[in-house]
Amino acid sequence: MLTDLSRQALTGLRALLVLTVVLGVGYPVLVWGVGQLLGDRAQGQPVRLDGEVVGSRLLGQHFEGEEWFRSRPSANDHDSLASAPSNLGPSNTDLLALIAQRRTEVAAVEGVDAADVPADALTASGSGLDPHISPAYAALQVPRVAAARDLDESVVRALVADATVGRGLGFLGEPGVNVLELNLALDRAAPR
Amino acid sequence: MGDHVAGLLQIAALVLLLALVHVPLGDHMARVYTSTTHLRAERALYRLSGVDPRAEQSPKAYALSVVGFSLVGVVVLMAILMGQAHLPLSRELDGMGWAMAFNTAASFVANTNWQSYGGESTLGFAAQMGGLAVQNFLSAAVGMAVAVALVRGFVRVRTGTLGNFWVDLTRGTVRILLPIALLGAVLLMAGGVVQTFSDTPMTTLAGHGQVLTGGPVASQEAIKELGTNGGGFFNANSAHPFENPSGHTNLLQVLLMLLIPVSLTRTLGTMLGNRRQGLAVLGAMGVLMAVSLAVMTAGEAGARSQAAQAAGAAMEGKETRFGEWASALFGMVSTGTSTGAVNAAHDSFTPVGGGGSLVNMMLGEISPGGVGSGIYGILVMAVVAVFVAGLMVGRTPELLGKKIGARQMTYVALYTLTTPVLVLVGTGAAIARDATPEAMGNPGGHGFSEVLYAYTSAANNNGSAFGGITVTSDFFQITLALAMLLGRLVPIVLVLLLAGSLAEQGKVPATAGTLPTHRPIFVGLLVGVIVILTGLTYFPALSLGPIAEALA
Repeated sequence: MLTDLSRQALTGLRALLVLTVVLGVGYPVLVWGVGQLLGDRAQGQPVRLDGEVVGSRLLGQHFEGEEWFRSRPSANDHDSLASAPSNLGPSNTDLLALIAQRRTEVAAVEGVDAADVPADALTASGSGLDPHISPAYAALQVPRVAAARDLDESVVRALVADATVGRGLGFLGEPGVNVLELNLALDRAAPR
Repeated sequence: MGDHVAGLLQIAALVLLLALVHVPLGDHMARVYTSTTHLRAERALYRLSGVDPRAEQSPKAYALSVVGFSLVGVVVLMAILMGQAHLPLSRELDGMGWAMAFNTAASFVANTNWQSYGGESTLGFAAQMGGLAVQNFLSAAVGMAVAVALVRGFVRVRTGTLGNFWVDLTRGTVRILLPIALLGAVLLMAGGVVQTFSDTPMTTLAGHGQVLTGGPVASQEAIKELGTNGGGFFNANSAHPFENPSGHTNLLQVLLMLLIPVSLTRTLGTMLGNRRQGLAVLGAMGVLMAVSLAVMTAGEAGARSQAAQAAGAAMEGKETRFGEWASALFGMVSTGTSTGAVNAAHDSFTPVGGGGSLVNMMLGEISPGGVGSGIYGILVMAVVAVFVAGLMVGRTPELLGKKIGARQMTYVALYTLTTPVLVLVGTGAAIARDATPEAMGNPGGHGFSEVLYAYTSAANNNGSAFGGITVTSDFFQITLALAMLLGRLVPIVLVLLLAGSLAEQGKVPATAGTLPTHRPIFVGLLVGVIVILTGLTYFPALSLGPIAEALA
């Protein structure tokens, strides 16, 4: 039986090597070739400012300071080389403490009632790189950012609407506001 | 539109797409495995690998081929992972240590894709596409080959052969997986999934450093879901925006996971010449899926946990663009299909949602299970069901015209014992160690759930995790690798021996006393047997973990 096994294993080795060329080189290179026809679509959708890449439309970034819309809490400080959630369990007291602490902080920063802070502002995302915030969290931040940028709130609200992505086909997933796009638009409307 | 309506529409769209696709795809797969002609590309592959495609194999030879191919796969993949620094596109990363390389190689060969490493920080592009993605294809093709061999056992009469493993492997890869993966990868790229061969360092708008990580992601993502493998290119898996950028790509990924397992029920019916039998099997899978999805969605969308109540919604570990409904759907499908990909942190799911994931795996990955493994898994349970029915009426049980005797029941009993033994012994051994509490990412019952989840996921070849647990110690790397390999290969060998024992028999004509296995009453019996067997096996373990947590 061992000789049978080693004979089959030898056949397997030959098959594996041949198939590795097809599936491990040919296939991804072919897909890459098709991707080249799609413009920036499959290139991570880089966002450029004065010719320099300043981010990806798809990757959340860290923003602090009065003049920015903030991203959701990130368990890895938006490190794209270590994407990760917090993995804190649903009854972990550390998580409950974090949520309470974030609620107090966000309420203070935005000058709103603690009960009005939406869930996405209190919880870390699945990747640590969530590019979106909920429309509710964006609306909460409008007065602060408008004041810091010396803009009319209605102008900022219009920018938020422009940066809002609805559900796919009207029913796939959830709506979100792209924070990087929104902050870029703010920079264009009212340079820092 | 409210969350509920959108969430329900999402499920309806998925069901509709599957209803449309499973008939033509299922029939295509039946033709692939019964055709007598070879494509020119296939002939070239056979010549290069030294395979005679006309040779029929005995069950023993077929099993030795599977085992030999898998062991070679482990060795070659270990070599790639440990030596990746010498490969091109290595991103200047060092090779993996032997324990992590063994664990990872076992994991991808066993169609599990349990990951004790983070892709973007550990692996170069050559190791991802030339090592891991290759096994994503081949381990899936192996699963389908074994399923087809079992179906042949029911179809064939008085023969000692089950087909040719190398032919089944090649055809499954060339005619089924590769074309669909190619289409899937292009659609994913159109939806924004990345396919490059370089990383781009940059300074963000607010002046922080960040890397626009690249890689052959779309090509790997497509086969990761289609082959029910589940291993993420990035650590965050399908929660990462480069793997799964939108609601569109999320639905596509869920569809890809279900595509082959669901369509194989049609293949089964077509190959048996009994389409209603395929529908009955699909019915049993559908009942289990529907109940699980309802329970998990109720947990997540209903915010049934302390943290979710404190935050106002169960959004910890979830992405804004998916929300609770699409995360629960993805989680159910991923754990029900043995894929193990995640678009949200299962460790942070509510007790009901996380417990649902755990139970999906404990069912033995048959709702609808992995590519191939779901079909052979549920056929084994169907044997148990006719056996139980036979005991009740005192008649020799038969299934699809084949008598189920002592020999068949021996194989089936060993099959049903294998994974529970691996799960419970593995969990018990880990819990008995002094070092294990240190490895847990959460306190109390949830920490126990992390360990139970790890061995359940490994032995059932799922690969998802309660990711808070640290599994990089040699103990976890080796025991989980063994659970994956044994949980894969022992059931496969038993299934092939069962198939051989069935192929040897003649057909028993159906009589008035034969239990019809294509009617709703049998679907009910089958679901009942699956649920009772799982409950009896795992209830004590579950009650220490998610049940205790849900009641707390």
